[in-house]
Amino acid sequence: MSTHSYSREARIVPIRQKLADIDWVLVGLIGLIASAGFATLYSAAGGSFSPWAGPQMVRFAVGLLLLGAIACVDLRVWMGLAYPAYAVSMVLLVAVEIAGHVGLGAQRWIELGPLQLQPSELMKIALILALARYLHGLEPGAISRPFHLMVAAGMIAAPVVLVLMQPNLGTAMLLALCGGMLLFLAGLSWYWIAPAVGAVAIAASTAWEFVLHDYQKARVMTFLNPDSDALGAGWNITQAKIALGSGGIIGKGFLGGTQSRLNFLPEKQTDFVLPMIGEEFGFLGTVALLGLFAIVIAYGIGIAMRSRSQFGRLLAMGITVNFFLYIMINGLMVMGLIPVVGIPMPLISYGGSAMMTVMFGFGLLMSAHVHRRIDVPRHSSGII
Amino acid sequence: MALEEKHKSRYGTFSRRALLLSGGMTAVFGLLAGRLYQLQVLDGDRYLTQAEDNRINLRLLTPPRGRILDRFGTPLANSRRNYRVLMVPEQTRGGVKAALDTLAQVIPLNDRVRARVLKEAVGGKSFLPIVVAENLEWDDFARLNLELPYLPGVQPDVGETRDYPYTEELAHVLGYVAAVSPDDKARDETGDPLLDLPGFRLGKRGIEKTYDEKIRGHAGASRVEVNAYGRVIRELERVPGRSGEDVYLTIDRELQSFMYQRLKDDSAGAAVMDVETGDLLALVSTPGFDPNAFNVGVTPDQWKDLTGNDHKPLVNKALAGFYPPGSTFKTVTALAALEAGVITPDTIFNCSGAFSLGSHAFHCWKKGGHGPVDLRQGLKVSCDCYFYQVALKVGIDALQASARKLGLGAPTGIEIPGERSGFIPTPEWKRKTFKEPWQLGETLVAGIGQGYILTTPLQLCVLAARLAGGMQVNPRLVHSVGAETVARGNPEPLPFAPVSLAAVREAMVATANEPGGTAYAWRITEAPFAMAGKTGTAQVRVISAEERATGIRSNESLPWKLRDHGLFIGFAPADKPRYACAIVIEHGGLNSHPNVQLARDALLLAQKRDILGRRPAYPVTAADARL
Repeated sequence: MSTHSYSREARIVPIRQKLADIDWVLVGLIGLIASAGFATLYSAAGGSFSPWAGPQMVRFAVGLLLLGAIACVDLRVWMGLAYPAYAVSMVLLVAVEIAGHVGLGAQRWIELGPLQLQPSELMKIALILALARYLHGLEPGAISRPFHLMVAAGMIAAPVVLVLMQPNLGTAMLLALCGGMLLFLAGLSWYWIAPAVGAVAIAASTAWEFVLHDYQKARVMTFLNPDSDALGAGWNITQAKIALGSGGIIGKGFLGGTQSRLNFLPEKQTDFVLPMIGEEFGFLGTVALLGLFAIVIAYGIGIAMRSRSQFGRLLAMGITVNFFLYIMINGLMVMGLIPVVGIPMPLISYGGSAMMTVMFGFGLLMSAHVHRRIDVPRHSSGII
Repeated sequence: MALEEKHKSRYGTFSRRALLLSGGMTAVFGLLAGRLYQLQVLDGDRYLTQAEDNRINLRLLTPPRGRILDRFGTPLANSRRNYRVLMVPEQTRGGVKAALDTLAQVIPLNDRVRARVLKEAVGGKSFLPIVVAENLEWDDFARLNLELPYLPGVQPDVGETRDYPYTEELAHVLGYVAAVSPDDKARDETGDPLLDLPGFRLGKRGIEKTYDEKIRGHAGASRVEVNAYGRVIRELERVPGRSGEDVYLTIDRELQSFMYQRLKDDSAGAAVMDVETGDLLALVSTPGFDPNAFNVGVTPDQWKDLTGNDHKPLVNKALAGFYPPGSTFKTVTALAALEAGVITPDTIFNCSGAFSLGSHAFHCWKKGGHGPVDLRQGLKVSCDCYFYQVALKVGIDALQASARKLGLGAPTGIEIPGERSGFIPTPEWKRKTFKEPWQLGETLVAGIGQGYILTTPLQLCVLAARLAGGMQVNPRLVHSVGAETVARGNPEPLPFAPVSLAAVREAMVATANEPGGTAYAWRITEAPFAMAGKTGTAQVRVISAEERATGIRSNESLPWKLRDHGLFIGFAPADKPRYACAIVIEHGGLNSHPNVQLARDALLLAQKRDILGRRPAYPVTAADARL
């Protein structure tokens, strides 16, 4: 077997064959999770498709088409697009940053006719692509060399800093963690990892002592003990916990959640959608949903493991880790285990940008699956 | 092949690290599931309670307050419809300010109201109605309803408010209701949740206070589901309240109004009482005040007028005004002497215009004296010298004991708060208070109702009723609460010999019916209604020796504050007493005797209303059947 034979073979794979190669079980699982989301949004609106469930279904349908289309595009094409996508995302990030400074207010998106483009969402995909391509091009073990590490770390740090300045702590965290995981998967030496983790810990405690203002500390303390300020900053966390907890084992039933229906639960259709599911479907329903998420993640890891190319592996794993991080941060947040940062529950929370980003990601994951046997050249895609 | 080796080692590294990462992710999922277990399974009940607390609100429903009615069923205190205008800020078009401008074209709105509404609109939740105006005239309210389509956010509302149709005339009997004060809350022992309700009115004086718990009723409750902003979504359960009970008074509203109107420019206390039952047909204190003003809240100006007035409109003089009984007390002195056996009705004492005791001369009101005087004459012409000598024979101990038996010197136990007990002196009291022995001269002064003795008009009315009926009657104002008649014992006979009482009564008949009697000029001329009585004049200043020599100044020529009090006790019909009355007009001891004139007219009116055959509206009991 040579690399040439694979690439040649890939060129002649017809679209119909590619569609057949898509893992339809995984697509079904994604659809199942999204459907749970539709039901929840339907209930959140008091038993109505408007204003949330209907548009969300349309978006998911569009997202499915997007997934299929992306899955059919050759992995090498995506590798070829990795750096340009990253560059475009960076430019757009800088553009919104400047726009914000020029006086249009704190803006996180760019208007494209009817669509709103959030550069930070774009960057979630672009960073994975670009890092996967860069790490794919390195000799094994080369990532631990200072120069390569600096380049990779810089690729992560640049968008993280820009997103932090928006300010969007949640997304910045997501980007940093996702990027870090890719370096870890690419084989970054433990001699780098251990001091890095230590440095982060020291930086955090130093920030707590010397950098954070009193009101910021108060915010953190409120998170640690929300009951101390139940009507103020702790309101969201307290009400989310009440919603989750009052669901009990089997829940109050579909359309039966009082916390959400009477608006005690804030942001029930977006960030705090999980407590609403917990309230209506109880412990069993919530754990079942987490189980579906876990299966999807397991599929993602499986796809990564079966990928022949390092690019495919890192891309698939990057997408999977990104998906996992969404769930982790949102879950920990609504259960009162970390402070509130604006990260939605993927496939469930209402919102167009997040849905498109997630479906685009699944498209890339599926592309890695469809093209898992392709050997991708080290430095150029061979197509673009 | 080296490349292949490297490729494999790279794949190996990736696989190991991916597995490691999978382990981490599994741990995180475990953490999430564990946390869910803790929140939903272990603490689920606690959070369920909190969720229910969130959504369910208990709202109290104010019960309608019971009415207060007179003996014929005339409402004296009502719950009146209160036409109000409410405004819901979120429903207005163009804001509250613009809505007020439009509203001002329909109903009158002053700047103070506008300022208050705007302030409340800023502070409150935009879906909660603000009270813009209350107690609207029907015309304004009707016009408002007509214009409603052009007034978005404006809500007409019919509430309830307390109304006293006879305002000042019954203010001291009925009292008033007003907003609950922190003091009321602190004193409250019922724990009634109504007291916490905004806008709730509590009985503050009079019958409204004494019977507040009965009149108030019981709160209903409504369990409602509310959303996070406090808006009511739906009612889950409603427990209806119980309206307050009606209170029937023994008062005859027409007699009360009649007497009030006659006395309204004076500072006076008066009462008319049923001799057999003690039922008060009238209990008047003037000047009164408008109890309706307290319901909406007295303005500082109104309060200054009420407290600064030298006629003291806030004092219920019928129960709390202290007056020396003056000559009306001579009936007590006479009865005490007859009972003690120190005189008979025929015992004669001489009046030379003054009576000397030691070095001190005690003067009669009549310069030159009355000559020889017996009991009948003594009371009829109110001879002071006669009673100085009678008092001297009786002694202070027997005198004060008789006074107490006749109802003086102790509270009568009337149902409304604020009663004072008056004062009957004893030698022991004098020793304790002044560290001095009792002087005989003080007994003489007490014998004509001056000195330390103080009485209230209500006590004097009880005195008149006891003299007239010979029974130990006590006054009462409340006949029944709801369907339940207020229990009352049958009065005992007075511990006096009937002949003694008859002698005093006969003298009182003579006083008001025979030429020369002090009340003869103002007698009732229609024979079957004839009254008996005793006049009284209580001095409020010291008359000096020079003034006595040059001629005592007439009350008419003195400033109001220095004039004598005018008193009268009486009963009618003279031969078979039914009604007793007592009247005290402060500084009203004038030659025209307005006090006797009023007693005459009031007793006549009471009797004439009686023969009209009107029956009380309240359930008639055995005791009432005699009426």
